[in-house]
Amino acid sequence: MKALYFAWVRERVGVGEEEIAPPREVKSVADLVTWLKARGENYAAAFENEKTVQVALDRSHVKPDALIAAAREVAFFPPMTGG
Amino acid sequence: MPLTILRVQKEPFDSAAETAPLLALRGDIGAFVSFTGLCRDEGGRLAALEIEHYPGMAEEEIGRAIDEAYTRWPLEAVLVIHRCGLIRPGEPIVLVATASRHRAEAFAAAEFLMDYLKTRAPFWKKQHGQKAGDWVAAKPEDDAAARKWSS
Repeated sequence: MKALYFAWVRERVGVGEEEIAPPREVKSVADLVTWLKARGENYAAAFENEKTVQVALDRSHVKPDALIAAAREVAFFPPMTGG
Repeated sequence: MPLTILRVQKEPFDSAAETAPLLALRGDIGAFVSFTGLCRDEGGRLAALEIEHYPGMAEEEIGRAIDEAYTRWPLEAVLVIHRCGLIRPGEPIVLVATASRHRAEAFAAAEFLMDYLKTRAPFWKKQHGQKAGDWVAAKPEDDAAARKWSS
């Protein structure tokens, strides 16, 4: 699935977009964050305070307990500051 | 059929030119409300604002906000234009306009859309001043303002 990162999450991870292939045991968004944090220091830094990182699955806001199974795209970002 | 205009763009816009189609609508429009958000210069310290966005989701999320506005209030037209990329002090950032038969719904829908844009639209602002850029933090006041629309 495609993973997108925005704002300071993107800056800490180091890329704005990448393909990821989480294993079957990774079922929820919270599981996915845990799996990403273990991939490297850049991810650990980006998700250091998980409460400040919001998530969208297939372009809709979701909560950490959302299941990622059928999603094609996941995005991680700080609280929005548009308008 | 109500008129809806929704755009995300890099270029500055002219609020009067963009809202002209709403004022030209025939029918029973007695109220037209227009709001333009501008880039402040932060006491002369800001060189530029950089707005990052999530292409695709930005338009979808703004579309959802507009759909909700139509279900809450009787509106004849809604316009939302939001810029992305580099914004200079004094330039417009966002334009929200509504048209309806009476003023109550035009005002309410415009405020609702701005509160929604402030908290749920995937844009992130970075301020460029004298030092390296700083990401603007979300404000609790904006979340509180958005919450007042939930029943």
